[in-house]
Amino acid sequence: MKAPVSWIRELVDLPESVTTEVLTDRLTALGLKLEAVDSADITGPLVIGRVLTQDKEPQKNGKVINWCTVDVGDANGTGEPQGIICGAHNFGPGDLVVVVLPGGVLPGGFEISARKTYGHVSAGMICSARELGIGEDHDGIIVLPPDAGEPGDDVLGLLGLDEEIIEFEINPDRAYALSLRGVAREAALGFNVPFADPAERELPAVDGKAWEVVVDDPVGCPVFAARLVSGFDPAAPTPEFIKRRVEQAGMRSISLAVDVTNYVMLELGQPIHGYDADKVAGALGVRRAREGERLTTLDGADRGLSAEDLVITDDSGPIGLAGVMGGATTEMSETTTRILVEAAHWDAVSMFRTGKRHKLTSEAGKRNERGVDPLLPGIAADRVVELLVEHGGATAEPGYTLVGAAPERPAITIATDLPARLSGIDITAMTTVENLRAIGATVTEQDADTIEVVPPTWRPDINDPYDLVEEVVRIVGYDQVPSVLPRRATGRGLTRTQRLRRRIGRTLAGAGLVEVVSFPFVGDATFDKLGLPADDPLRSTVGLANPLSSEEPAYTTTLLPGLLEASSRNIGRGAPGVALFETGTVAFPADNGPAPIYGVHTRPSEAELEKLVEALPVQPQHLAVVLAGERRRAGWWGAGADAGWTDALAVVRRLAADLGVTLEVASTARMPWHPGRCALISIDGVEVGHAGELHPSVCASYGLPARSAAVELDLDAMMAAATDVTPGPQFSTMPVAKEDVALVVDAAVSVAAVEAALREGAGDLLESIRLFDVYTGAQIGEGRKSLAFALRFRAPDRTLTEAETSAARDAAVARAAELIGAVQR
Amino acid sequence: MSGPNTDYDPVEVTTLKPEEVEAARDAALAAIAAATTLDELKTVRTEHAGDRSPLALANREIGALPPQARKEAGQRVGQARGAVNQALAARQGELEAEHEARILVEEAVDVTLPTDELPLGGRHPLTTGAELIADIFVAMGWEVAEGPVIEAEWLNFDALNLGPDHPARTMQDTFWTEPADNHVVLRTHTSPVQARTMLTRGVSEGAPIYVVCPGRVFRTDEYDATHSPMFHQVEGLAIDEGISMAHLKGTLDHFASQMFGEGITTRFRPSYFPFTEPSAEVDLICFVCRGVDPESCRTCRGEGWIEWGGCGIVNPRVLQACGVDSERYSGFAFGMGIDRTLMFRHGLEDLRTLFEGDVRFTTAFGSEL
Ligand SMILES: [Zn+2]
Repeated sequence: MKAPVSWIRELVDLPESVTTEVLTDRLTALGLKLEAVDSADITGPLVIGRVLTQDKEPQKNGKVINWCTVDVGDANGTGEPQGIICGAHNFGPGDLVVVVLPGGVLPGGFEISARKTYGHVSAGMICSARELGIGEDHDGIIVLPPDAGEPGDDVLGLLGLDEEIIEFEINPDRAYALSLRGVAREAALGFNVPFADPAERELPAVDGKAWEVVVDDPVGCPVFAARLVSGFDPAAPTPEFIKRRVEQAGMRSISLAVDVTNYVMLELGQPIHGYDADKVAGALGVRRAREGERLTTLDGADRGLSAEDLVITDDSGPIGLAGVMGGATTEMSETTTRILVEAAHWDAVSMFRTGKRHKLTSEAGKRNERGVDPLLPGIAADRVVELLVEHGGATAEPGYTLVGAAPERPAITIATDLPARLSGIDITAMTTVENLRAIGATVTEQDADTIEVVPPTWRPDINDPYDLVEEVVRIVGYDQVPSVLPRRATGRGLTRTQRLRRRIGRTLAGAGLVEVVSFPFVGDATFDKLGLPADDPLRSTVGLANPLSSEEPAYTTTLLPGLLEASSRNIGRGAPGVALFETGTVAFPADNGPAPIYGVHTRPSEAELEKLVEALPVQPQHLAVVLAGERRRAGWWGAGADAGWTDALAVVRRLAADLGVTLEVASTARMPWHPGRCALISIDGVEVGHAGELHPSVCASYGLPARSAAVELDLDAMMAAATDVTPGPQFSTMPVAKEDVALVVDAAVSVAAVEAALREGAGDLLESIRLFDVYTGAQIGEGRKSLAFALRFRAPDRTLTEAETSAARDAAVARAAELIGAVQR
Repeated sequence: MSGPNTDYDPVEVTTLKPEEVEAARDAALAAIAAATTLDELKTVRTEHAGDRSPLALANREIGALPPQARKEAGQRVGQARGAVNQALAARQGELEAEHEARILVEEAVDVTLPTDELPLGGRHPLTTGAELIADIFVAMGWEVAEGPVIEAEWLNFDALNLGPDHPARTMQDTFWTEPADNHVVLRTHTSPVQARTMLTRGVSEGAPIYVVCPGRVFRTDEYDATHSPMFHQVEGLAIDEGISMAHLKGTLDHFASQMFGEGITTRFRPSYFPFTEPSAEVDLICFVCRGVDPESCRTCRGEGWIEWGGCGIVNPRVLQACGVDSERYSGFAFGMGIDRTLMFRHGLEDLRTLFEGDVRFTTAFGSEL
């Protein structure tokens, strides 16, 4: 909402001391937030000039320029005529024009200086409306009326360029402030000065004779006012003050009739529609549209109507989308002499829905959908008639049609101490009553502690005691709210999951991984890039009805795409390698039908809440890791090492060790991993994720170094399995006995299997077992490999004898031979 | 020394002449002093204190002397050997110390060599930022509540007094999941977590609600330097007997000073949010210029204040929908963007740096915010 300061001051008697800054500060404190103060972006000297001479000089390029001398009085300091070049031709010697002299600055920071051009020194500029930012007309310069003033007179005020316009951000509950009436009322409230309500008018008696109006839907249209003028001069110009104010509000000046309706809407907040009465056939009707009906609106759009749309009709059918936009067939034109003026009160929800359905935002719709004062229709129509008579030579036809009446507002009962209790400010009952009266409410005292309040008609937003509290407190001032810490919180700290998530993040960061946060939007192309087969369950996603990009219309089922993109971005920006991780939500469709919508007056039952939760997608927390390129850096110490499948598994194992989780690792084949280098990770036989080297095609499609590796785990499962209270470890301080064994096994046998067999055979004396070498070659034989293990034995209570140690080792080897056919080398 | 003992080999006993013993001792001491390395000293030791050294040979002859001469000869040779051994030990110590010192010198390295073999890891500032905020509130006895990002429409809107035709529903353009009549959305704020907290936990005597809800939220904003379809919020909710705006102000002032420094407070401006009434915008006094000569301040752009978030007294309609006795209890709620907070706290120019995953961004923040 843009409000010129001069207009505000016209309606409310603000003292001189209230500067624009003081005014905006106070209004912001009351809830009308200052967005900006616009003033013409011009610094003088901008003066009236009289053209003395005008020499037309044709140029080589075919253009003709004017070399003028202009009398600017003493404004240039010399009193001598000013020589100025001008390209426009809509003026001649003797005309008064607007001159900006050297040193002036025009909108856009355009500084004026004397400069040499077309063989002359042009000392200033003769201005067009567009150059001054006050209109679109740039075909010619501004020619002022002969009585505008004397050469050298300052012209900023004359053109309204010294006018400050306050732009407010109006919250949905303050629709009344979408008018000068509302803004001025707040200003009066803010400075406790009298307010001249422009809505206070003497109205003629309602006789229903202005036009026949039939309202079929009094719920959608509680009040409808109609007036008629005739003998209107369609060529009459819009008075300067109306034109300027309409433009200052950000609207276009179109014609007197249209400008007047907009002017009154700005003044009062009531949208008004004018019809060319000669084009309206028969009575005006108000009803819901019928399915299949169509209407061409003023913007030229041919619209199919819905049975929910409120329309204005005449004998021909719908002629307007009620409260939102008029129709083309009855539009006022340059030949219109009889104007039918409509001002009506509309159901805000209908307006909102119609605007949304037709994707129509208009100044009228904006006000109607937020709620307008239902007392205004007759008043606004009368004001329009007055201005059309005054400035358009029209005659007000007798007759005033008013259908319906403003609905009664129920009184709100409120305890007088509620504002004090909810604000924490010491607000007396008297202040409460005074402030409610100040906003225009009718207050009736019930008993010592209770009042009944009927809100003013222009405040449809006030319905509850708490709404009244806000009104009282904002006038007292939010800056009066004291600062007091509540002291009754008795929280139990972070939850187990919250603590575990922090721990996991720290462990991974400690392992040299960098956390990233990615968008969760994916599409078919994302899964294609991962090489997922057509029937892969990860392709079954929760779709978005209105995605930002049609390429990514779903919520992701895997965190890898975001991480791979980020890896690729880092590599592309020159990183020799990256190790990234992300934790976040992935989603799988629940397919349990729609989530119910319940009422809001009581709490839903437990069963109802359960239904709500069941309808939501399954949303586990995942953890993903991507390791690409250099993992250990090369340097003066020697070669570095690129990330590979082992790094992926190392991360998983490190995390499991930190959480006290025992993992099972087995080979598997799964995209996007390398089919021979993918580990299936399980806990107690339940799959929790995968780790390994990425498939070469995936590395290629993301532009990542060969052998890049990745992990994706179900973090919820990992956290569920985490050890809460670690049992104190028992270990012996007796001497250790070490034995190495090398076993030859079939190449397909996993190290884990051999290790398990050795462990089983070695018995209780075995403390640890660690593979330290893998050898394949001719000596071992085709399809075989040699695995060398270091075994450590220790007894809890004694030094082991050589015999005991070898016996244990032999038993281990024997078990491996028995279970896997391992042969000791 | 007594006269020659003619019962013994005259050649052998000549070595026990006092001057010879002294000469051998002096030669040994001179050689020891002349040894400059441990290896040289080893040779000297063999020559002058070894089994074949003159003093060792002399010592061996003592037994052949007449008994009356043994004592004196023994003393003389013993003293000489003692002196040599002592000198050897001392010199050994000296040379060892020299050797050790030299090794340390030789082993000196250039400590300015790079040592960055192991890559630096790091957690994202959005994570550590949310933790910092959570810790501030947990320290006040609050709890941290969480909920799903894909949420029921009823919980995201209706329960929060945003009815189907509420204009605010268009203010926050929502991602709807398919099919659109499924009434499931990507949550547009973390407020449904507040609703869930009230619904599942309830409020009762001695069990008030004090929770913060940090989390990821979505709106259909085009992605640019200041907008993102995904961003992060932290909201707070307190429901207790006698809660007022003063408690809200106290809590936010405390939060502000913990987050931005001692003395940083907030101010309220009237505003509108469907789930609160009265509602307020929260501004933070600029933590850079502290409102003193803000004209040249880049952080607050000359305002002296920074817009931080929204807050208010919980609308009783919300309490009703969530099963809280609005006659007995009142509450306050607030919410602010974590991303935006980080942007002005750390002077970030472009919101997108948070979501690009450039490791140079994340590692710059260290392990805590
Ligand atoms: Zn500042």
